[in-house]
Formats: sequence, C-alpha cells, structure tokens
Amino acid sequence: MIENIKLFDTSKCTGCRSCQLACKQWNQLSAKQTRNTGTYQNPPDLQPNTYLVMRFQEMDDPKAGVKWFFRHHACMHCTDAACVKVCPSGALYYTDMKTVGLNRTICIACKECVTACPFDIPRYDDKTDKVYKCDMCESRIGNNMEPACAKACPTGALLWGDKEKLMKAAYKRAKDLGGDAKVYGDKFVNGTHLVYVLQEKPALYSALPTNPSVPLSIVLWKDVLKPLSLLAAGGVLAGSFLHYIIHGPKTPDENGASKKEGGE
Amino acid sequence: MTNHWIDFKNSDVILIMGSNPASNHPVSFKWIQEAMDKRGARVLSVDPRFTQSSAKAHVYAPLRSGTDIAFLGGMIKYIIDNNLYFAEYVKNYTNASYLVNPAFKLPGDNNGVYSGLEGSKYNKDTWAYQTGAGGVIKKDMSLQDPNCVFQLLKKHYSRYTPELVSRICGTPKEKLLEIYKEYASTGKPDKAGVELYAMGWTQHTVGTQMIRTMCMVQLLLGNMGIAGGGVAAMRGESNVQGSTDHGLLFHIWPGYIGAPTASLKTLKEFNEKRIPTTKEKNSLNWLKNFPKYSASFLRSMYGTNATPEEAYAMMPKLDDGANYSWLVLFDQMYKGKFTGFFAWGMNPACSGAHANKVRQALGKLDWMVNVNLFDNETGSFWRGPGMDPTKIKTEVFLLPCASSIEKEGSLANSGRLMQWRYKAVNPPGVALPDGDIMSELFFKVRGLYEKQGGPHKEALTKLTWPYGKKTLDGHYHYDPHSVAKEINGFFLADKKVENPTKKGDFKEFKKGDPVPTFAWLQDDGSTSSGCWVYCGSYADKGNMAARRGTKDASGIGLYSEWAWSWPVNRRIIYNGASVDLNGKPWDPKRPVITWNGEKWVGDVPDGVGDPGSGRPPFIMKPDGVASLFGPGLVDGPFPEHYEPLECPVEKNLLSPQKHNPAIRRFDKPGVGSELDVYSGVTGCDPRFPFICSTYRVSEHWQTGVLTRWCPWLVEMQPGMFVEMSVELAKERGIKNGEKVIVKSARGEVEATAIVTPRFKPFNIDGNIIHEVGIPWHFGWITQARPKKKYGKLDKKPQVFTYGDSANLLTPTIGDANTMIPESKAFMVNVVKRG
Repeated sequence: MIENIKLFDTSKCTGCRSCQLACKQWNQLSAKQTRNTGTYQNPPDLQPNTYLVMRFQEMDDPKAGVKWFFRHHACMHCTDAACVKVCPSGALYYTDMKTVGLNRTICIACKECVTACPFDIPRYDDKTDKVYKCDMCESRIGNNMEPACAKACPTGALLWGDKEKLMKAAYKRAKDLGGDAKVYGDKFVNGTHLVYVLQEKPALYSALPTNPSVPLSIVLWKDVLKPLSLLAAGGVLAGSFLHYIIHGPKTPDENGASKKEGGE
Repeated sequence: MTNHWIDFKNSDVILIMGSNPASNHPVSFKWIQEAMDKRGARVLSVDPRFTQSSAKAHVYAPLRSGTDIAFLGGMIKYIIDNNLYFAEYVKNYTNASYLVNPAFKLPGDNNGVYSGLEGSKYNKDTWAYQTGAGGVIKKDMSLQDPNCVFQLLKKHYSRYTPELVSRICGTPKEKLLEIYKEYASTGKPDKAGVELYAMGWTQHTVGTQMIRTMCMVQLLLGNMGIAGGGVAAMRGESNVQGSTDHGLLFHIWPGYIGAPTASLKTLKEFNEKRIPTTKEKNSLNWLKNFPKYSASFLRSMYGTNATPEEAYAMMPKLDDGANYSWLVLFDQMYKGKFTGFFAWGMNPACSGAHANKVRQALGKLDWMVNVNLFDNETGSFWRGPGMDPTKIKTEVFLLPCASSIEKEGSLANSGRLMQWRYKAVNPPGVALPDGDIMSELFFKVRGLYEKQGGPHKEALTKLTWPYGKKTLDGHYHYDPHSVAKEINGFFLADKKVENPTKKGDFKEFKKGDPVPTFAWLQDDGSTSSGCWVYCGSYADKGNMAARRGTKDASGIGLYSEWAWSWPVNRRIIYNGASVDLNGKPWDPKRPVITWNGEKWVGDVPDGVGDPGSGRPPFIMKPDGVASLFGPGLVDGPFPEHYEPLECPVEKNLLSPQKHNPAIRRFDKPGVGSELDVYSGVTGCDPRFPFICSTYRVSEHWQTGVLTRWCPWLVEMQPGMFVEMSVELAKERGIKNGEKVIVKSARGEVEATAIVTPRFKPFNIDGNIIHEVGIPWHFGWITQARPKKKYGKLDKKPQVFTYGDSANLLTPTIGDANTMIPESKAFMVNVVKRG
C-alpha cells in the first residue's frame, strides 16, 4: 500500500500562508474575529475552525543576526497515534494511507484525544460538542491528489509524496543546510506523516515538543491494563464455563439439603 | 520587466531591494528558491526592515528609506574602482564612449545640481553630446577622454565613498562592501545578476532615478538582455502591466506612444516630434517607424469614419506644460474644478496620498460613478468618519461589476505575458462586466450627442465600437475577442505589402486580414491596430494568449508556446546584447539566442542583426546603445542622491542641495492648497521624529477594497499595525500588541504596535534615527461600528477589521518625472493610544 508523507521544509517557507488559506477553503471552515496581538500569527493557535496555523517567530541572535522563522503547525499524523489509541468510539482511526482520519459523526466528545495527544493538536468546540483536527485532506489523498495545503504552496516548502523518497530528500536537505538543521518526526511515535526539516533546534520552535511520545499512562492503560483486564474478564468467562463443564450447574443437592428428610 | 518571472531561476545573484517578493509576489519565490536549490544562487536583501524576503536571503543589509541612490552609487564606484565591469559590453553596447559637451557640470562641481537649472526646471543644452562631421556623435572608445560618459560617470560616483554612503544610509560599512562584492561578481560574462524592485523604488521623489541607477549597474555588469539578468519591475496588480500597455496613464496612448500636446496641431507635426533621429549609421532606430503606429492606432479609434489626420484632430490633447497626474488631479478636484468623477475599479479615498484631502475633494463633485465589486470608502465617502452627509451634495452611483473570474478576457503580467482568462461563474445579482457597462454608457452619451449636438461632437459620434452585440433582452454583451483582435490589428483594405525583413518578397493581404506583426503595420492608414506592441497576439494563428503549450525548447525556461508576450512573443528583451559582436553568446551555458548558420534560434531575437553586422542591439534607443548617461529625465542625466522631502536630517551629506530640485512642491503659493502641509523639510521636526514607510502583507491587497471583505483573510490579518524597533518601543513605553496612534502633519491612524527586532534604529552620521512601517490595506468601512445602522442594501462584514488607511498620513509630493507620491519615506510620530 502507498505510504506518503507531507514534508515541510522550514528553510523554503516564506510564511505566505497560502497553505493556511487553502485549508480553510478546502474544508469550508469558518473565520472568527481576531485581533492583532503584536504578530502576523493569527488565529493565535489551532482552533476548532483552524486545522492549520502558521506560526511566526523572531529571534535576534548577536552572532547570526535577526531570524524570522515560520512553522506549519497541524496534525502530525502519527504512526502510533495516541488519539486513535484512546478514542472509545473509533471516530479517530488509521486510514489506508496510514494518516489519522476523524469521523465526527461518531465522536462522543469524551475529549480523551485532546488530553492524550503529545503534540496538542485536537481542539474541542463546546458549541458543536465535537473535536476537530486536520485529516490530511482524506477526501483528496484517497483520490490521488495531494492535500490542499501542499497544492497551494508556491515554493515547494510543502511536498506530498512517497515516504521513502521524501525522507531521503529530507535527510539530504538537512545535511546540505548544515548548522542545527535536522529532520523532525522520524524518531518518535514510530514516525509521523507530517515530517519537518527544521533549520533550528526543535526547542526553539514554539509549541513544538522536543521529545513527544504517547503518554505512559495511555500506554499502561491501553497496552497493559486493558489487555490484562480483557484477559481477566475472558479468564472469568472461560473459568466459569470450564467450571460448568467440569462441575455442572450448581444444584440444591450439593448443599446437602437433599439429605435431610422433612419431619421424621 | 525586461525578462520574466521564470527567468529568476537562471540568476546567480538575486538582489532584492525596493521590494519584498516573499510577501507580495509569493509565487516568484518558487523561481528564486529554484535558483538557490539548482544553481546555488545567492540572495541579497537590502531593506529598512528585515522582511519575509530577508528571512530567506543569504545576506541582509539595513538601509534608511530614501537613500537607495547613495547605496547604489557606492556600488557603481566599487564596480569601477575594482575593475569589475564587463568592459567589452560597456564599450560596445552603451554610450560610455560618447563625448559630452564640456560645459556640462556635475553636481560635485555645481552645488549639488547639474548645469542648466532654472528655478525647478533644467535647461538641457549642456547635457548634449559633442558632434563632429555630419553631426555624428564624437566618441572615445578607449574611455579615457575626461568628457566621455564613462569618465564623467566615474567622476560623479567617486563622491559616493563607502564611508559617506554608510553615514547617509545607516548601513554598516562592512555590510555595504559585502553586498557590493557579491553583486559585482556578476560582471563576468558567465555570471548573471537580477534586481527585483517594486514600490520601494518608485514611491520616492527620486524614484525614477533609483531605478535608473540600477539599470546603470546592470549595464556596467553586462546583465541586460541575458538569461537571469535584467531589471525586474514587479507590478503591484495582476493587470497593471496591461493597463499601462494600453495607455491608461494620462501621458501615453496605447503602446507607450507619448500623448500629443495641444501645440502639435497636426498628425504630421506629432509624428515629427516623436520620431527620434540618429546619425549613427548602424543604428536601426526602431522608433523611426512611429508613424505606422500612430496611424494604426488612430484607425482603431475611428476606423474609416475619419482619415488618420482627421482622427488626430479629434483626439484630446494635453495642454502644453500641464500635468494631469493623480496628485494634480485630486488637487483640482479639491478646488472644485470637476463636476463628475468615474472611480472605476479603484478606491482613492484609501489609495490616494493625503487621503483626507482626497475624501474632502470627493465632496466637491456634483456626481460620482463608483464601479466596483463591493461598497468602499470612496463610494461611501460621504458617510465616513468626520463627514456630515447633510453638507455634501455629491450624488454617488454604485455600479456593481463582475470580478476577474466572472468574465472572459486577458491579463498581462509583469513579464509582459498576456494570458487569456475564462469565465468561471456568473456575476451575482445585477453586476456586469466593465466592458458591458462602458459600452452602455458610451451608447447613451453618443446618442445624446447625436440628438443634441455639443462641442467636439464628432469626436464621440465617429468613434467605432464593434465590440459585441445586443442580446435578445436588449442588453449589450461586450466581446473581449473582438477587442483583442482589434488590438492586434487588421488591414482596412486589400493591400500588397513588401516583407519588412525580406526585400523583394511580397504578401497579399485582404481587407479584414489580421496584421501578422507590427513590422507589417502601415503609415498610410491601411492598417488598424489598437496597440502596436500587441500586434501578433491575435493574428492568423488565432488567440495566442490562450495557448498553454508546456514545452520548453530553450532549456532556460522561456516556454515560448505558453500564452504570448509582447513584443512578438519575445520573452527576454534586449537579448541582442546577450551575444558578442560576432554573434556568440557571452555565456554558452545560458544562451538566449544562438546563430545556427542561417538564422537566430532560441528566443525571438531582439534587434540584433546578422552576426558581425555591427548593429548595436538596443534598437529602441535612437543611437542603438543603452544610456549610462541619460539626458531624457527631468532631474539629471546621472542619478544623484537627494533626501526625501520629509526627512530626519538637517543636511544632505553629499552636497548642499538637500532635495531633488525638480520636484513640484504643493505647499508653494498657487500650486496646491492649504491642506498640503509637510513636516521635517528644512530640519527634523520634533513633532514627527520618526521615518515612516508603507508596505503590504501577503494576506491583503491594495487598499483591501476586496480582501477586507474576505473573512479568511481578515482572520489572518485583522487590522492596521505599526512595526517598530524594540528600542523605539522602550523609549515610548509601548508594549507589543498595544494600541497606538501614528500621526503625520496631515492626519492620524490607530494601529496595533508590533515591536520587533526586524526594525533597528539607524545610526545616521552619529544620530540615532528610528524608522517605523505600516501596511496600507485598511479602511474604515469594514470596521466594527456598534452604533452603525446597516441599510437594507449595505454589506456587513463577517469579520471586522481595525484601523483606517495609511494614506491619511502620506504627503502630496511626487517623483520629479512621474509624480508618484513619496509614500515610502515621510515623517511621523507614534504615541500610546491610552
């Protein structure tokens, strides 16, 4: 099966925000009233109506000078997705393309995914009582088209394509860029499907975890406790069944009640 | 631009100065990125502010707004002093060798001005060349004669030392030299450098000269006419190139034919005045063909209803010496000189410099017709802030029009590429395409003239208007194809014409046949063409602008089968300069044209004769060579640094002449009005101590007249902001995100402060000078107005914006040559709103 990734190269991004706009347009998302808080970044963060936000950051380094970098902030589409793991209804699921889809009609708004996500992506809307996030344009990628954001990007900062090919290109790009440049997304959650070539150290990027992982509590809960308890529950059933076969159903005789004759 | 967008990928060094393509021409960065990725191109950014383009550049150098000529003048000195110019190119393809009248004086010897200044106008007698036998210009091919252009150039820019330039521009000296070194490396025959500019260079009192300085740099380095070279004027509107091509400026007819003045009473006099002459025997002097273009244009206006001579007599003329530019027009409007006004697809209440003056001027009209997609600050000026509708008599008609995707037609982009566009959806409600609206108006006006008569009646009644037909419901449907065909041109009668490029070869044309290229246009009135440079765009092969061929035989991204570029589908103009005197490409790895033994292949050859013909390649110049010395401009044959009118310094460090002597001051008696005030002209005004520049963001466009109604865009950029340095914010106690007021001598706007290290204070000759910047995309009509009652037909924004137009602050002072307002350097104050 094809496995594609969306590769975002910060060194080629000019912060034009064609991607953020394309996402709004393709998904027919609403716009909410914002105000300038002293940055171009708006809305300030991901929201139920904003699946992708471009983050603008400035640095003034005494040696390297001023830097202005832009990050494409959206769902990472983990191979081991904490949200899929915790979702009780199956609203969050892995697609054939190994991205993480979201079927809002069966979302029960338990918000476990919101707490579980190591990248803090899903957003809950109390008006609709649903959760929202980027679905990697599932309707497009399932029809041989790239996600809307990748299509809109003018510089090639966003690319959609074969995982092996693009990962190879990513490593080469990081190497060519030199300095602190590195690939981000390959070393955790068994690999993400939104992969970055970061020009700076990960710790410098706002809202970007340096060592994300599926939370231990969830691993224990879903991978240990749940199987164990299922095992235990199954054991109880199996044990009861065995008991029934071996010992038969519980009868009044076994209690010795049949030995007593009434009245003599 | 001389080259085209895709050609950026062929450059070795890309200088971004006077523009910010990453923000404002985002798709261009696709090609800039490719140049970086595929050929290791270097990108240099020179800007008062560290922009999104600077974020991608290899080197960023800060520069005080308005001092670009000083910066580039220093580069010219560097190039000459270090022998980095392309000697063979300079000698043969420019006027470097031409000898100038010894009475000519440079500003260095003449108190900062050129010889011949009388008041604010130059008598150019001393700016002439020395001539010898037969009136041929005297030359010194060794470039040593002290009166030759090259030596004068060297002498003039010898004053632009790195130390002085650094003091004027506020650019650290090492950064200056770093930029100079990198860019001058493109002087080698196998290196190409391009410069990208936009309003950052045009909107100054010395704007035209800023651009000229760069043209001179490019000529010195041999970068004109080659792949990856040229001067890239990045237009600010998707079809403004088309608008200037088709003569929508006051001083030109379509095809950049200089509009006639009233003293040129006949077509003959007009032609004589416009035809350039030369004594250079090898020069092709292409514009000697001018009479063919003027006659053909006149035929496109009146067809066979009038002879070209009669047509000329009917065409409106410019009063001699009068100026009809925007600033003068709105000044006249403010003085009550206009009855009516068509604000067609524009928003002057937000786009005009000194917007307060414009808004008040609109109130002096009897009527206004505002053709636009949505309501805007111009059509609704009468109910804007500070307006009392009961005191305003202007009757406003808002005619809704179709957007570019709701009608068919063409756009011409910065690369002179004419691309056909199709209708995707119907316009909403009663909105109509502009062509339909214009046609209906014309028919009504013509009908009135026919019935009632009037002055110059025939100028109207004899116009031809074969652009469509009435549909069954009586509505006129304008057909862009008819216009495109008329622009191309056709024969008005059967005619046998000699092939202009092949003597003895004749071609028979029938009445109505399209003209193949402008070389076939006639001066005897037998051809018609609405715009000679577009001749060939819709000829016997049909609508060339609609072609979408993706083959690129050239290997340098010409894509000659995609759409059509003027002239004659040439993609890189002046490509005749891309080969040496023997016709061999300077850079065989990036040839634009090559000789295959019989003809030139590659791009459509420009001007170059057969190899070894000795024809100088700049055929649009009378003498065939490019101008290092350019006597055609009003403010000097070489660019000289002058300070912006409103500026923070006492003196021009370069000379005793502080400002461009040829500018038109609106505060002088009898020129402007009482509203035309400036600050900081003679010295820094403490009321307005900071330099202010205006610019754009990716998310909005122009005055936001369309984009401010788009919720997704407003969500991203909700309002007026002012970017300022951390140091300035600290001085004023302003916090990031705080609301402030920006004021100039003319008005004020509210804005959100963006405190950023991307602006840094300038050290100008030991003084700390601050610069701030504001976008000009906002206007009051999309603001939240809780008490406002929206009428039944009023459009209410889904997402509101904050702040009014930046142009409430800008001054009514314009470039000496073009009158474009100096919106990039004026003085303001910034205070906490509280």
